[in-house]
Amino acid sequence: MIMTHKKELLEIHLPTQKPLKKGSDTWILRLYVAGQTPKSITAFKNLKAICEEQLKGKYQIEVIDLIKDPKLCREDQILAIPTLVRKLPVPVRKIIGDLSNTERVLVGLDLKELVV
Amino acid sequence: MNKTGTTSPKQTLPKTLTGIQGLDEITGGGVPTGRPTLVCGSAGCGKTLFAMEFIVHGAMLYNEPGVFMAFEETERDLTANVASLGYDLNALVAAKKIVLDHIYIERKEIEETGEYDLEGLFIRLNYAIDSIGAKRVVLDTIETLFSRLPNPLILRSELRRLFRWLKEKGVTAIITGERGEGTLTRQGLEEYVSDCVIILDHRVSEQSSTRRLRILKYRGSTHGTNEYPFLIGESGFTVFPITSVGLEHTVSSERISSGIPRLDSMLDQKGYYRGSIILVSGTAGSGKSSLAASFTDAACKRDEGVLYFAMEESPQQILRNMRSIGIDLEPWVKKGLLLFHAKRPTFYGLEPYLTAMHKVVNDFKPKVVVIDPISSFIVGSNLMEAKSMIMRMVDFLKTNQISVFMTLLTEGVNDYTGIDISSLIDTWLLLRDIEIGGERNRGMYILKSRGMAHSNQIREFKLTNHGVELLDVYVGPDGVLTGSSRIAQEAKEKAEELLRHREIENLQQSLERKRKSIEAQIDFLKAEFEAEETETINKIAFNKLREDFLIKDKVNMAKNRKRDTDKETSATIHKKGNPSKME
Repeated sequence: MIMTHKKELLEIHLPTQKPLKKGSDTWILRLYVAGQTPKSITAFKNLKAICEEQLKGKYQIEVIDLIKDPKLCREDQILAIPTLVRKLPVPVRKIIGDLSNTERVLVGLDLKELVV
Repeated sequence: MNKTGTTSPKQTLPKTLTGIQGLDEITGGGVPTGRPTLVCGSAGCGKTLFAMEFIVHGAMLYNEPGVFMAFEETERDLTANVASLGYDLNALVAAKKIVLDHIYIERKEIEETGEYDLEGLFIRLNYAIDSIGAKRVVLDTIETLFSRLPNPLILRSELRRLFRWLKEKGVTAIITGERGEGTLTRQGLEEYVSDCVIILDHRVSEQSSTRRLRILKYRGSTHGTNEYPFLIGESGFTVFPITSVGLEHTVSSERISSGIPRLDSMLDQKGYYRGSIILVSGTAGSGKSSLAASFTDAACKRDEGVLYFAMEESPQQILRNMRSIGIDLEPWVKKGLLLFHAKRPTFYGLEPYLTAMHKVVNDFKPKVVVIDPISSFIVGSNLMEAKSMIMRMVDFLKTNQISVFMTLLTEGVNDYTGIDISSLIDTWLLLRDIEIGGERNRGMYILKSRGMAHSNQIREFKLTNHGVELLDVYVGPDGVLTGSSRIAQEAKEKAEELLRHREIENLQQSLERKRKSIEAQIDFLKAEFEAEETETINKIAFNKLREDFLIKDKVNMAKNRKRDTDKETSATIHKKGNPSKME
C-alpha cells in the first residue's frame, strides 16, 4: 500500500500536546514504554524515523509511560514493552519490540506487504 | 534437601495456609510464604481450581488479599466457574479482597519488531498487588505466553526475572503449568520455580478415575511424599492426607455399650472403648448387620449421632430388617441422630467415595460411624487400594475420636483376613456358623480386643424378636452344642437334675422317718422305764412297810413274852425304818 504525502505536520510525541485534527487518513500511533530505558529510546527513534519516511505530515505519536499510569496496562492489554499500537486507521494493530526491524514494522503497520 | 527440615515448628520456614482441605496437613502448614510454588498437571486436572481456592481462601479466611492473573480464562468465566462452589468473586472484587485480571493476547495481532521485555506485565502485576495490598498471587497459566508471544528466549529470561521479582516482592505465588512430554511443564518452568512443586494428576484405572496430588519438592521443609488422592467436589478441592503423618490421636478410656448386655460383659463388663475401631467379620447371614444395628441403637440412646454407611442395602431395607429383630431405628432417623449414607463405593470409585465420606462426616459430626460392609470396597483386584483407603478412613475417624463399627464379609469359616487390616482393628468380633445336627447356628467370640481383659468364650448368638441375645454354648464331648442340640442337652440336664433332686428328697425323708421311729422307740423305752421305776418304788415301799410291820410284830411279840430289850437290835430297826417313815 502506498500512502500519499500530505502537508507536513509537527509530530507530536507527548499526549499532553495539542491533539491532531482527525481525518480519515490520519495515523494515530501510541507507543507504550516503561520509563526512559534504552529500549524505549531506541524504539521511539526508530518509530520516528519510519514515520518521517512513510507517513510524513499525517501521523501523530503518543508516548505513554506505564510507570506513570500503570492502570493503562490492564485497560490497553499491554504486556510487552515497548509496544506500538496503531489506533487509527482501524483495525487496531499491535507491534512489540524496539522497532529495529524496519521491515517487520512496516508489515506490522500495514505499510508494506510482507516480502516472502 | 527436603529431608533436612527438622520437626520443630520453630525452625521450619514460614508457610502460608492454602485453605485447601488436606493439603495444609501434608505440607505441614501450606506453601512457602513469600515464594512461588509451581502447580503442574495435565489439562483438566484442577490446576485453576487449586489456584483459585488459594486466592479465595486467602481473602475469606486468612485476610490475605490476592491477585489472580488469568492467561486463559476471562474474569467472567472464572467467576461463573467458582460460583457453583459458593464463592462470590464479584463481591470479593468489590470488597477489594481480590483482583481478577485476564491477560488477553492474540497472537495474530502481535508483530515482533525487535527486542522487547515484559515490563508491561510487571507493571500490571505490581499495580494489581499494590492496589489491594495483595499477599497472594496466582499466575494461571503463564506458559500461555509462549504460544502467544514470539521469541522464547526473551520470554524465558523474562519469566526468570518475574519469579525473582515475585520473591523480592514477598508475595506467596502459585504458578500453574501444563504438563509436558517428559517434563513437568511444557516450557520447563520447574527450572525457575524451585521452592515448591506440586503435581496434580488425573488417571483412570479399571474404569474409575482418580485424581492424585504429589508434592515433588519442597525446599527447606519436610513433606509427605506419597501420592495423595484428591477430589473436586461440591465443596471444592479436597486432598486426603492418606495416612496422616503421625499416629497422634488422643485416646479415650471411656467405655461405651455395644447394645448387647452379654457382649458388654464379655468385654471386660464395660463394652467397647470410645473412639476404637470395631470389626465384626463373618460369613453371609451370620448377623453382622444386627450387631451393627444394636450398637447404633445403643449410641442413639446415649444421644450420640450415628452415621451409617450402607454399602449394599437401602436405608429402608435396613430399617425394616432391623425392626424384625426388635430394633427400631426409625425414631432415631426422625430425631436426626441417625443418618444413612447409602451408596455403593463402586458408583463413585474409591477415592471419591472417601471424599464423600469425609464430607458427610465433617458435616454431620457423628460420634459413631458404621460401615456395612467394608468388603464392598474391594472390586476386582484393588485389594491394595482398598486397604490403603480403609486405613486412611480409619485414621481420619480415629483422629476425630469417632468410634467406628465395620462389618466384613468373609468367605470361609477361618478366613480371618479378607482385607489384611487386622492391625488397624482394636476390637474384633468373629461370627461363625456352627453346623451341628442338621442345623446352622450362630456363634460369636472375641478374636481380639485391645486394652481389656475380654472373655475367651464362644457364645451362641441368637437373633430374637427383641434384639440380639448371647447365650452360653454347651461344650460337650462332641464339641460345641448349639441350637436344638443345646436345647436337647438342656432338657437332658434338666431331667437329670430333677432325678437328683428326687433322690435327695428321698434320702432326707427316710432319714426323717428313721429319726422319728427312733424317737418313738426312745419314748416307748422311757415310758416303760418310768412304769418300771414306779412299780419298783412301790414295791420297795411295800416291802419296807412289810418289814416295819414284821419288826413291830416282833417287838410286840417280845413285849408279850416280856423279853429284855435288845439294845442293838432296837437301834438298828429304828435307824432303818426312819426314811420310809418320812415319805
